Amino acid sequence: MSLLHLAIVSPLLLAVIIPTFSKSIRQIHTGWFVLPLPVVLFIYFLSFIGTTSHQGTVYESFEWIPSLGINFAAKVDGLGLLFALLISGIGALVVLYSIYYLAKDKEQLGSFYVYLLLFMGAMLGVVLSDNLIVMYGFWELTSISSFLLIGYWYHREKSRYGAQKSMLITVFGGLAMLGGIILLYLMTGSFSISEIVAQSDVVLEHNLLIPAILCFLLGAFTKSAQFPFHIWLPDAMEAPTPVSAYLHSATMVKAGIYLVARMSPVFAESPVWLWLVAGFGIVTLFWGSFSAVKQTDLKSILAFSTVSQLGLIMSLLGVGAAALHYDGIDDNVFTVATTAAVFHLINHATFKGSLFMVVGIVDHETGTRDIRKLGGLMHLMPITFTLAIIGAFSMAGLPPFNGFLSKEMFFTGMVNILKLDLFSLSTWGLLFPVLAWIASVFTFIYSMKLVFRTFTGKYKPEGLKKKPHEAPLGMLISPVVLGSLVIIFGLFPNILSHNLISPAMASILPSLLSPGDIFDVHIYFWHGPTIELFMTIGVVVLGIILYLTLPKWERTYDLLPKKLTLNKLYDKGLEAIQSGSFKLTRFYMNGYIRTYLVYIFAFFILILGYTLYKKDAFVIDTANVSSIGFYELVLSLLIVVATITILFAKSRLTSIILLGAVGYTVALFFVVFRAPDLALTQLVIETVSVALFLLCFYHLPKFKKEESKIPFKLTNAIISIGVGAIVTAIALSANSTKLFDSISQFYVDNTYIRAAGKNMVNVILVDFRGFDTLFEICVLAIASLGIFAMIKLRLTRGKEG
Amino acid sequence: MRTNDLILQTVTKVILFIILLFSIHLFFAGHYYPGGGFIGGLMTAGALVLLLLAFDMKTVANILPVNYRIMTAIGLLFSIGTGAGALLFNVPFLTHAFNDVYLPLLGKTSLHTAVLFDIGVYLVVIGVTMTIIQTIGEDE
Repeated sequence: MSLLHLAIVSPLLLAVIIPTFSKSIRQIHTGWFVLPLPVVLFIYFLSFIGTTSHQGTVYESFEWIPSLGINFAAKVDGLGLLFALLISGIGALVVLYSIYYLAKDKEQLGSFYVYLLLFMGAMLGVVLSDNLIVMYGFWELTSISSFLLIGYWYHREKSRYGAQKSMLITVFGGLAMLGGIILLYLMTGSFSISEIVAQSDVVLEHNLLIPAILCFLLGAFTKSAQFPFHIWLPDAMEAPTPVSAYLHSATMVKAGIYLVARMSPVFAESPVWLWLVAGFGIVTLFWGSFSAVKQTDLKSILAFSTVSQLGLIMSLLGVGAAALHYDGIDDNVFTVATTAAVFHLINHATFKGSLFMVVGIVDHETGTRDIRKLGGLMHLMPITFTLAIIGAFSMAGLPPFNGFLSKEMFFTGMVNILKLDLFSLSTWGLLFPVLAWIASVFTFIYSMKLVFRTFTGKYKPEGLKKKPHEAPLGMLISPVVLGSLVIIFGLFPNILSHNLISPAMASILPSLLSPGDIFDVHIYFWHGPTIELFMTIGVVVLGIILYLTLPKWERTYDLLPKKLTLNKLYDKGLEAIQSGSFKLTRFYMNGYIRTYLVYIFAFFILILGYTLYKKDAFVIDTANVSSIGFYELVLSLLIVVATITILFAKSRLTSIILLGAVGYTVALFFVVFRAPDLALTQLVIETVSVALFLLCFYHLPKFKKEESKIPFKLTNAIISIGVGAIVTAIALSANSTKLFDSISQFYVDNTYIRAAGKNMVNVILVDFRGFDTLFEICVLAIASLGIFAMIKLRLTRGKEG
Repeated sequence: MRTNDLILQTVTKVILFIILLFSIHLFFAGHYYPGGGFIGGLMTAGALVLLLLAFDMKTVANILPVNYRIMTAIGLLFSIGTGAGALLFNVPFLTHAFNDVYLPLLGKTSLHTAVLFDIGVYLVVIGVTMTIIQTIGEDE
């Protein structure tokens, strides 16, 4: 356990104690207790920059399950550090913002910050783990914490719907990724990412390559809301706005991007990878920006915009993979796509984070997010308006903001595709820059819509629930910080290039670097009159025209039939799965214990009988059998007689007594065989269970007086005889077969020496096989709780049955 | 209609303590002689069941206001805690330790962490048995 490990799990540790703060110190907002942690973490991670900017990495390992090659290995490299800084930095701002966003006397702050910290720790774990299994664990934890945060206002129907949707989709992808991890393990024999990267040539030649790629990409695409899995993200907007800013725009949804970047050194040379990543990315970019324009809810616009921007980064990572097919980095034009991906990742976190916070402020101060009700807030909220302008113009790709720079680089990357002569890109490659350009036009339109529909136009106070005014200072700090970063990164992009972008690129494209080499990243404002500049000018001109004429062509969105949307497919699919599995279960679970017993016993007979036959295990060997004494004979007779009498008993009481007689006789058997512990146990168990039977029978209906002839059932007869025969056969064979020496001598020898006990049975129970006992008492406890729940909590039975 | 069970009640009042003492004896004897947490727990539960039979549920609940579900949980904590305690000494889960100690009055006594584990088993067995019987018995 090193300091690095502690840093990763520290949010989880804080999550354990934070509820006590929220309960005992109510007058101070719980957020103040949380805030120091991300700040400290951010400073701590900043201290790694010196190492990673010289291509160094920090590696700390902590043994967890060494026998399976699963160790909690933490590794800080350029890519991991970039994400860790995003997580802790944005995390600090979001916590600060949430203090003013969530009222301390109305909301359940304890659970909110527990979920948020849970997420923070999980996300740090995802980006800093070098072991795939550990990463997978954290990955699923991010899904779960996201589920909890979306469902934070669980009394709202839509929150629950959104939470379930995000959970189902992302966990589905996570499971696919687990499959991919196992496939990689089969290929390379390792779970360590570093070791797998070193063996990437093995992976690329292996015939499991394509399935592994598909599995990993399913994980990445569902998490990063890529088309067609993007449908969960707009519904996730039901979460409180700080959460949307944090999880659903800045960090968690980028986990998929992280995964693609992280696995690029392994898979990127495969053409399938390039095509899928770039293709899905560009389609998502287009579809997201196209859908964003028609939204009327501010957060929905941002949600679709996030989808599209994630697609943008994804496509850049895909195109960047093309660089691997050319040697050297000096004249390699394709690395610019990867640079753009990393740069835009940072930019998106800044401008989208601030935009979400702006929308949160508008929502908080006016009581609505519906763009049709808003307007003319410019004079009422001047600071918020300025922040919105900065964020939205950066998103639209206008100078002098950072979004302009990365969008220019994005165009460069997409135009460069035309120079590729690989994988039939020469024929289809033209689609990439065209789609990218169209999507940028839509991006421009919705960015303008976001700002100007909200802040300019006619002020409509009658539609608002509250009287709007500027937000309190504390709520403005976080978006102001992010907004200033948008401008700073826009004017001085090169403060990032050496410290963060270049090391992150080294993690994504390590094979291009010779030892000691670094990516030389320079971001320029002015490229001269290149094709990218004309593309941007085209975007602005066409964007303005289309924005102004928006009311005229908005109708075209209605052309798409409502029934054919992906959301409908999801809803219908979910319904079909539920009703289908319900029908299937109904088919064999009909509620009669009789039927279940038939299933269980039939399987019992078939499987055990088959095994006995197949393994040739049925043996009767009387060589080792001692002679039968008088007492044994008598006791066996008693058991047989009592058992048969039960079948003919007329009343319940008689049956109970006879059953008790069988039990007590068995106890006597133990006495005869000198097993006092067993005898005692059996005696007490019999006593207690007779009492229990009496209680149960009190609830049963009266035994029927009239004698009705029970029809003879062949199936049941066969099954009951079969069970008896099989059990007898197994008992006899078990006694006659000695495959290995009995272990009992070990206990005889060691009971006193090793465990200081003289009662062998008890020592086995508590010491030698203590684990078994531990699980047995757990099972007992669960069973008793089950009985308690079945009897006490059946209020709803009438409604659902 | 309530039957006259005076004899049962009177006998129970006496026998109950004998059974309880015997069950505790069984529990502690377990390491050297027949007995142990499981049997001891069952025996105690048996005594309580006898009490339930002789008197009614409400009376017993007044005499012994114990939540048996919590007792089960405490028992599980004991057992798991004993197991996990071993981890603090850097030995595998559930490793036991024992030593002979000279105590005043008792003389040489063997102390064993297995007893702690067994207390857990004892409590769980009582808790489980009584939870089941109580829930089924109380159900109208």
